[in-house]
Amino acid sequence: MKLTLKIWRQANAQAKGQMVTYPIDGVEEDMSFLEMLDVLNEDLINKGEEPVVFDHDCREGICGSCSLQINGEPHGPDRLVTTCQLHMRMFNDGDTIVIEPFRATAFPVIKDLMVDRSSFDRIQQAGGYISVNTSGNTIDANAIPVEKENADDAFYAATCIGCGACVAACKNASAMLFTSAKVSQYALLPQGEVEAATRVLNMVEQMDKEGFGNCTNTGACEVECPKGISLENIARMNREYLAASLKG
Amino acid sequence: MSILDAKIPEGPLAEKWTNHKNSINLVNPANKRNIDVIVIGTGLAGGSAAATLAELGYNVKTFCYQDSPRRAHSIAAQGGINAAKNYQGDGDSNYRLFYDTVKGGDYRSREANVYRLAEVSANIIDQCVAQGVPFAREYGGLLDNRSFGGVLVSRTFYAKGQTGQQLLLGAYSAMNRQINRGKIKAYNRHEMLDIVKVDGKARGIIARNLVTGEIERHSAHAVVLASGGYGNVFFLSTNAMGSNVTAAWKAHRRGAFFANPCYTQIHPTCIPVSGEHQSKLTLMSESLRNDGRIWVPKKKEDAEAIRAGKLKPTDLKEEDRDYYLERRYPAFGNLVPRDVASRAAKERCDAGFGVNKTGEAVYLDFKSAIQRYGKEEALIQGNKNPTDAEVYELGAKVVENKYGNLFQMYEKIVDQNPYKTPMMIYPAVHYTMGGIWVDYNLMTTVEGLYATGEANFSDHGANRLGASALMQGLADGYFVLPYTIGDYLSKDIRTGPIPTDTKEFEAVEKDVRDRIHKLMSGSGKHSVDYFHKKLGKIMWNKCGMSRNAKDLQEAITEIAELRKEFWADVKIPGTADGLNQELEKAGRVADFLELGELFAKDALHRNESAGGHYREESVEESGEQKGEALRDDENFKYVAAWEYKGEPKDAVLHKEELIFENIELKTRSYK
Repeated sequence: MKLTLKIWRQANAQAKGQMVTYPIDGVEEDMSFLEMLDVLNEDLINKGEEPVVFDHDCREGICGSCSLQINGEPHGPDRLVTTCQLHMRMFNDGDTIVIEPFRATAFPVIKDLMVDRSSFDRIQQAGGYISVNTSGNTIDANAIPVEKENADDAFYAATCIGCGACVAACKNASAMLFTSAKVSQYALLPQGEVEAATRVLNMVEQMDKEGFGNCTNTGACEVECPKGISLENIARMNREYLAASLKG
Repeated sequence: MSILDAKIPEGPLAEKWTNHKNSINLVNPANKRNIDVIVIGTGLAGGSAAATLAELGYNVKTFCYQDSPRRAHSIAAQGGINAAKNYQGDGDSNYRLFYDTVKGGDYRSREANVYRLAEVSANIIDQCVAQGVPFAREYGGLLDNRSFGGVLVSRTFYAKGQTGQQLLLGAYSAMNRQINRGKIKAYNRHEMLDIVKVDGKARGIIARNLVTGEIERHSAHAVVLASGGYGNVFFLSTNAMGSNVTAAWKAHRRGAFFANPCYTQIHPTCIPVSGEHQSKLTLMSESLRNDGRIWVPKKKEDAEAIRAGKLKPTDLKEEDRDYYLERRYPAFGNLVPRDVASRAAKERCDAGFGVNKTGEAVYLDFKSAIQRYGKEEALIQGNKNPTDAEVYELGAKVVENKYGNLFQMYEKIVDQNPYKTPMMIYPAVHYTMGGIWVDYNLMTTVEGLYATGEANFSDHGANRLGASALMQGLADGYFVLPYTIGDYLSKDIRTGPIPTDTKEFEAVEKDVRDRIHKLMSGSGKHSVDYFHKKLGKIMWNKCGMSRNAKDLQEAITEIAELRKEFWADVKIPGTADGLNQELEKAGRVADFLELGELFAKDALHRNESAGGHYREESVEESGEQKGEALRDDENFKYVAAWEYKGEPKDAVLHKEELIFENIELKTRSYK
């Protein structure tokens, strides 16, 4: 198929960016979205132009590197997939596709479609862990039974890949879904109980410090999340936060 | 006498590690604060090592090319992690895990290392559970297990199809705790480009800040390589796009021997190639072979009709299907080790029974499993006479619970529903057992330079069993390296910080800058990918699943020519003083172009079939094993460790004889 791509180009963090139009031909429906961009880049390189910069790595939907706002949606029109797993069969011959970086104050553009998501790392560093030493002198794993339902819910929360689609989808650029997923994982497990209060307070404080917006419960984050992280996690974090604040 | 000293401790196998730990030197906590360690790579091996070293008190610097440690490719591991917990009471033990791993590796690994791996495996699970890793559980609240290929017990712990993700996020959380305490400084979007040696010891690295393009000097008292494997030398593999050999290769060029480069794991269950545009391959976890049955049509005309789109697999009757693994290997069936399953798929496809458009695919079918689980579930629910539709629905739900995310991934990529029609799969490059040679302490042939996880060669011999990579990465990082490195660092308590304004750092930095300059000055005929794809084709066609002397000799010549062409004609737009993804790729491909040649040289010299390395010249001629791979213990029972001497073709071979005192060498039979 033949497509028209409108792509955000920005030389570096300080430069002013702009949309640039690129026609592209010979796109096959079995291609992934990123493979389509590979074709464009190969063409640009052969013409002596600079290829479009974008983050990507595993190309199987788990590392969370790829981003891209495609026609206004994080990871594009398909549901429950990252951009690397989005396939061109979702588009039609003659389509125009608008490709932009994830937009948020806390995600400054580095170059073209690549953004800086280190704010996510700092939220995790503020409390996204259980303080056990890794030296191996722990108790037997089966000495801590966990109700299957809680273990499963903790697992589902923990499948967040930290891509930032939730932030890009939110009109307030809130990181509540991301932060609550980690808070929930530990809140649902007995191992996480000891530090539950300080964890939620510290992580939320860091989230605010990074310049993420407030949550107004529109649910856009859940819709766009490639891993289907549930809004229930935000509700759980709010309860945890309230309890921790009261504990003071 | 070999110059390689594996430093295997004396004493009985089961006591070696404990005795060794008791006899090595320790560094007292106050002195640890004065010692710096650099860790390259933040996957399971690097992340766990960094967290543990920092917790012990060392000052740690981590480096990864990704934007966050959490994105290292360990995250993509799906199926599980082995541990000799014997929770299922099915006869598992440290010895059995050790035995399975040595046998699975076709008797080409070091006994003492593998036993230690088995010994610490149980601890990994305890550790990860304490960290909050949400493993799958049974209704009673205890941990669940499943089976993997090449073994007869159920010892694999898992978190659905995302075990690697959960374990990596566990290690990442442990790292975050140390970053928060200021004990780890994480250099993300940084690529290590060379090792700096001072008086023969590894004392630092030169790294490039991938955002600004700045070349930086970093010093330390020891350097740990946890930079993963080199499967991307094939261009198409299940590795991440950025996975590379650069750190390991630079270490090799600075004196670290490279061991068994030809030992590559071709994983049997990957989604087949769909066209020329393909940029990477996606794995479908081996755990699917617990429930999926692998088959091709029995009759060639059926296979042809399927390829032409005239026949559907679901139309084929049971008696017209050839479940070739169950037929050839009745004892292990669909759960034979990976190398055996891959070769069997290639054999059927080469014989004309392959099923997709390209003829390079076999079926992985869940129909029987869905029916079996459906009937069981109906009984549990009190439905004694369920209809076919009810059985299907209940069974599909069970299968979804076990493998839901894998099925979804398959459907998104292939656009077919694997609950209704069998998956199509074909082998693909997945893991490299070869790597930097290390002794029992995980130290390379360069003093103070360590290698852990997939980056080293040590535990998997010529073939790795499923769910053992996660085990090895975490064993090395959490439980082995933090002890053994202390023995070395105990000599450094009075050294003080290593300065970077020395002639040694200056010289290596100049090498790095010159190389970047040279890359940027290619004539500009072809892109980096053009060369990488060409290299991949040579590797896959001539050093792939089946190898022979003629092909390997040709590969050596062709790779050397391609390398020359690359340096003359590569085209890298933009400049080196800022973010430049083409420059990053070019540096990695340049190293693959050297490694590829050494790979072929190693494969050529090893004129036996062992594990993933299959030489057409070395096959059983008669008896029950007729047609199976033939190992040659008399001539090749050694680790091939190569010393760098300029061009890859000039590399010098050093042999580490493998001594088996606790296992009897046998023909590896899964029949």
